[in-house]
Amino acid sequence: MQAFDFVAPTSVDEAISALAAGGATARPLSGGTDLIAQLQEGRLALDTVVDLKRIPELMAISVSGDGMTLGASASCHSINNYQAIRDAYPALIDSTHLIGGTQIQGRASLGGNLCNSSPAADSIPNLIAHSVTCHIAGPNGRRSVAVEDFCTAPGRNVLENGEFLVALEFPTPPANFGAAYLRFIPRNEMDIAVVGAGASVVLSDDKSTIQSGRVSIGAVAPTPLFVQEAGDALAGQPVSEETLAKAADLAKAAARPISDMRGTIAQRTHLSGVLTQRALRIAIDRARGTQTVDELGRLNGHG
Amino acid sequence: MAKKIAVETTINGEETVFLCEPRQTLLEALRDNLGMIGSKEGCGNGNCGACNVILDGVLVNSCLVLAPEIEGRSIVTIEGIAEGGALHPLQQKFLEHASLQCGICTPGFIVSAKALLDDNSAPSEHDVRLWLAGNLCRCTGYDKIVRAVLDVAENDA
Repeated sequence: MQAFDFVAPTSVDEAISALAAGGATARPLSGGTDLIAQLQEGRLALDTVVDLKRIPELMAISVSGDGMTLGASASCHSINNYQAIRDAYPALIDSTHLIGGTQIQGRASLGGNLCNSSPAADSIPNLIAHSVTCHIAGPNGRRSVAVEDFCTAPGRNVLENGEFLVALEFPTPPANFGAAYLRFIPRNEMDIAVVGAGASVVLSDDKSTIQSGRVSIGAVAPTPLFVQEAGDALAGQPVSEETLAKAADLAKAAARPISDMRGTIAQRTHLSGVLTQRALRIAIDRARGTQTVDELGRLNGHG
Repeated sequence: MAKKIAVETTINGEETVFLCEPRQTLLEALRDNLGMIGSKEGCGNGNCGACNVILDGVLVNSCLVLAPEIEGRSIVTIEGIAEGGALHPLQQKFLEHASLQCGICTPGFIVSAKALLDDNSAPSEHDVRLWLAGNLCRCTGYDKIVRAVLDVAENDA
């Protein structure tokens, strides 16, 4: 790797100063599973690396009646082992359990997955399904962005020079809420999504009607897509395969994939519908309290 | 050229200070600066697991950690697995099951398996295979490795 300076600030303000001092060739570091690999391969040349993991706010996890705040640098490992997250946001574990293998999960963070802004990122459709808000800090102060507006192109996002992601805020799940993330890969583990789908629903009290829904698909466009029309089509509809099929068709119509080594346009378009429908089924089962995270793990190839 | 940094850390239970360049990975610092060559470089980009170490109790790829990041932390490497000159049960079972051929992946597998058994002393075969999914071996076909880990787990239980 080319030489660079390393700093490890212990507060958000210090990190802002360090990134400002480093200018365009400074970058924040969280788990490093993307950044260090890119530095190793020479795809990125930096003069300053700013490690954010000594900043308590970036590592903090807090779950309460007001929702959940996840520090942007908290590792998948720490999320997987946090019982209150498994209880309140079980669908999030669908993503944190399948990003890389065990040792990647030991370092990789959801904030890093989001800031790397890959169209195939396994956490982003899930974050969109969960209506997450991104809290950003930078030289001009703090601001917040809805997660579906965060990515702007492959590897690009709304962060301006000197800005970094501080935390992800999850609203409290409403009663009868359920969500799920599914991805298709040709092997069991350790692969990049051919297509991914995140979905969430809120059911009526008698659990027979979908009050609202959110659908997001990944690896089928330059950014993870929020398919608002698919969620809108679910609202007020009875829980039925027909309802889910309509939403799945809208996800298929929204997909605009490319053909590459992982899949063709036709396959990815088809998968967008199939995975949306399956993710919605699981989200509904969870909203009804009939499916656990461990059962879903099996669906994602973990069983 | 960035200045060298002194890193104070704990490696296999011993307090250690070493000098490194900020651009060095933990794997490079272990091998090139500290002469601890048990951790292997397979891919150098987080795919193969040959360089795995346990960082504050968590399994990580040492090729994807910058050496200065371990300031004040505690790591366990393959050199710290044997128990006072006696092979760790995992090392013994790897020998008994012939779980290695060329041996390059073996330190990573042993460290990963140690982290698994620290986390879950009675894993199922599925647990073992899933946990070790990020460790690559081009010789054994994995089965003998899985058998060895399960053998240790059963003996512990």
